[in-house]
Amino acid sequence: MTVDISIRICGQAGQGIQSISAAMGKVFIRHGYYVFINNDVESRIRGGHNFDQVRVGHEPVNAVNDKVDLLIALDAETRDADLPYLKDDGVMIYDDEKPATDSKNPHHIPIPLEKLASKAGGSKIMANTVATGAAFALLKFELQPLQDHLKEVFGDKGKAVIHQNQTCAEAGYRFVQQHFKGNFPYPLDTGKFQRNKMLLNGSQAMALGAICSGLKFYSGYPMSPSTGIMEFIAALGKEHHIIMEPAEDEISAVNMVIGASFAGARAMTATSGGGFCLMVEALGLAGMTETPVVVINAQRPGPSTGLPTRTEQSDLKFTIHAGHGEFPRAVFAPGNAELAFFAVSKAFNLADRYQTPVIILTDQHLNDSFSTVDGFDLDQITIDRGNILNDKDFSSASDYKRYALDKSGVSPRIIPGRTEAVLYADSDEHTEAGHITESAAVRNRMHKKRMAKLKGLRKEMNAPEIYPSRKGDIILLGWGSTCGALKEAVDQMNSQDMSTRLIHFSEIYPFPECDFSEIISDHTKIISVENNYSGQFADIFSHETGLAISHKILKFDGRPFTAHEIISVVKERL
Amino acid sequence: MVSLEDFYSDDPIAWCPGCGNFSILKSLKQAFVDLGKKPHEIVIVSGIGQAPKTPHYLRCNAFNGLHGRTLPVATGVKLANHELTVLAQGGDGDGYGEGGNHFIHAMRRNVDITYLVHNNQVYGLTKGQTSPTSGEGFVTRTTPQGSVNRPINPLLLAIASDCSFVARGFAGEIDHLSELIRKGITHKGFALIDILQSCVSFNRVNTFKWYKDRVYRIDEDPEYDPKNRLMAFEKAAEWGEKIPIGIIYSTDRPALNSQIPAIKDEPLVKQRVDPSDFVDIFEMFR
Ligand SMILES: Cc1ncc(C[n+]2csc(CCOP(=O)(O)OP(=O)(O)O)c2C)c(N)n1
Ligand SMILES: [Mg+2]
Repeated sequence: MTVDISIRICGQAGQGIQSISAAMGKVFIRHGYYVFINNDVESRIRGGHNFDQVRVGHEPVNAVNDKVDLLIALDAETRDADLPYLKDDGVMIYDDEKPATDSKNPHHIPIPLEKLASKAGGSKIMANTVATGAAFALLKFELQPLQDHLKEVFGDKGKAVIHQNQTCAEAGYRFVQQHFKGNFPYPLDTGKFQRNKMLLNGSQAMALGAICSGLKFYSGYPMSPSTGIMEFIAALGKEHHIIMEPAEDEISAVNMVIGASFAGARAMTATSGGGFCLMVEALGLAGMTETPVVVINAQRPGPSTGLPTRTEQSDLKFTIHAGHGEFPRAVFAPGNAELAFFAVSKAFNLADRYQTPVIILTDQHLNDSFSTVDGFDLDQITIDRGNILNDKDFSSASDYKRYALDKSGVSPRIIPGRTEAVLYADSDEHTEAGHITESAAVRNRMHKKRMAKLKGLRKEMNAPEIYPSRKGDIILLGWGSTCGALKEAVDQMNSQDMSTRLIHFSEIYPFPECDFSEIISDHTKIISVENNYSGQFADIFSHETGLAISHKILKFDGRPFTAHEIISVVKERL
Repeated sequence: MVSLEDFYSDDPIAWCPGCGNFSILKSLKQAFVDLGKKPHEIVIVSGIGQAPKTPHYLRCNAFNGLHGRTLPVATGVKLANHELTVLAQGGDGDGYGEGGNHFIHAMRRNVDITYLVHNNQVYGLTKGQTSPTSGEGFVTRTTPQGSVNRPINPLLLAIASDCSFVARGFAGEIDHLSELIRKGITHKGFALIDILQSCVSFNRVNTFKWYKDRVYRIDEDPEYDPKNRLMAFEKAAEWGEKIPIGIIYSTDRPALNSQIPAIKDEPLVKQRVDPSDFVDIFEMFR
């Protein structure tokens, strides 16, 4: 039987939920499983109701499940809130000091988590490690891989800390072996140790994509859910010769990035909606001065501060249009961590080749969720810096004109200091030489030149993914991080004889050239699925393709879609 | 080797006749010549206003960006290629108003750039509104009853921020200003040069004569020690009958760009990257 189980670990912020999910994730991928972990946290440092949900399977898992098979409750209040999400045959473990209402249920297992932690580890803070051990015992997974993991994680904290944690894990493991007489329905076979899979979140994937593509300069200002990117780059900066300069605000961050890029370094910044708002004037500056920049906008629910730690896809129209005046740009919205890795790489190449901003639009669900990737093929990454001139390329340095007119819209750049030539870059409308102008004729020529880049950019955009290849009377339409849930929904609908297909866009603007005549007929029902209130992508899709949307499934509560949820709405509406 | 002609630009100048900016431009070119800097080794990042048009009027690399955002762009340029001579340049509105936050943080970072603020105590390009350095009682279209706000004293702000080089120049003293610019460029760290500049069109109070009658050089005072921060505070606070010009404060502290391990061996822009260098980077995720 193929395994596909979900485990929810709930508790207060500060109780170590993420150490449990990280331990499970790491150990399971190292024994051949696919893992997907999403986190659902409140915007606070201590307390509150938070959970991580670990989904583990033999087959790739890329979305959240509605119901869980195992609930690990570190705290009584969150336990009671999350109990409704436990399947009927599911099992719960919780601290016995805080009795559950339904304490007769043999599947509700009280464990003295804090007491065991104090006894075995010397501090009740290690209750999370006891719980991890207990969960491993329930899953009938061997203890040793967990112990090895703890040794690795606490390696730099010294032998004593490793020992305390291992003793705690063992205490939880033994407790369950001795006291749990029931049967957990979905045991996980330990299998063989292997290291051919990776577990990483979208922020890490994008930071890696940037580093492997030659990122040299990053500046940013912390804002969830983008902060992980800057922290990761900062951590690796010394080893890989990258500058990560913490900015005083997002305006500074993006302007520093523009400066570094003007000087010739590959440069990037990332933020979320509020910070992106502050960057908008400078996006136009990059467009006008024709400076390549890559900006990641990791969305969260707005407006204003919104729900800081949750997910939404409501900046789409804003991102496509952000800025006063008109200038060319490209906007990507990768569907998962793997696509996000390569999206960054492509973004850098397009930014350099078209000398204009490229924006990657993600969201909290993509940035923070961990998924399993077999690996990234570095052969697929090329670094193309675009048209850059050196001294040998011109006869006289004084003739160089930064904004020389060209049909493609792209004029050759120089890197300041590398040649005898100099360049003038200007945010005012300017002549070919880069000097300020008021001429109507020059304005027309220059504006057309810049906007001509959109034509080239459009050809670069990948068409949407169509999944699966066979026909479908129902089309689910989506973009960005909903990809995993949508594919799962399509699979399930097809297995229930609802012939369905997915059209999923990871590259959005300029809208890719695509032809749907083969797959869409008059009978096809197109249902758009988006994490926003108004169906922003549905509008764009209809506008670009002339195709009508039959239904919109919209969600803006800050939580990611599940396949089950999508299917039930489809059934209700059709 | 380098001469004034090397810095010639054929871009027609859009300043008012008699504007203090002409003298500042002259001082700037002279400083480059005296330092033997070649045009392509220099980047001037400017903002928006009358003053920030300056880089168009000489030959060098120029990035004429947004109003108020010169310092972040200049910081990015310097960190990407610290072998370039990087200057930032703009007006009082640009630097102390719109860009005020960046100003404080650039001083904190102490990145090795030279910042010229053409301080005419008014918004010139937008045709005469009150600026952060306008005097109390200054009547403009936006302060018809006269400004009631206390003006920013950029020098005091800079010394309080431990800016590593703080100077004031006067557009009417070209050679002295040129020397200050030269010293600012040579200084390893962030150098602020606030330049008193008359605006012939919109500031009828702080005219050329008004400045001329008041300024005096502190470098002529053998007792004055710009390394003494307390003395510097006192000097910087002087404004009214007499206005000091010269290096008000300077201190040695390492520039940001000298402290970053990533550029210890060579500037970012000279580093070559090959994706295949990174095969091992993924191990931590396995
Ligand atoms: C974001 C933004 N706000 C306002 C302006 C309009 N603006 C252009 S220059 C300027 C003030 C100019 O004063 P200052 O910086 O002192 O330079 P000066 O012209 O006096 O040399 C203003 C308000 C702008 N270009 N951008
Ligand atoms: Mg001014």
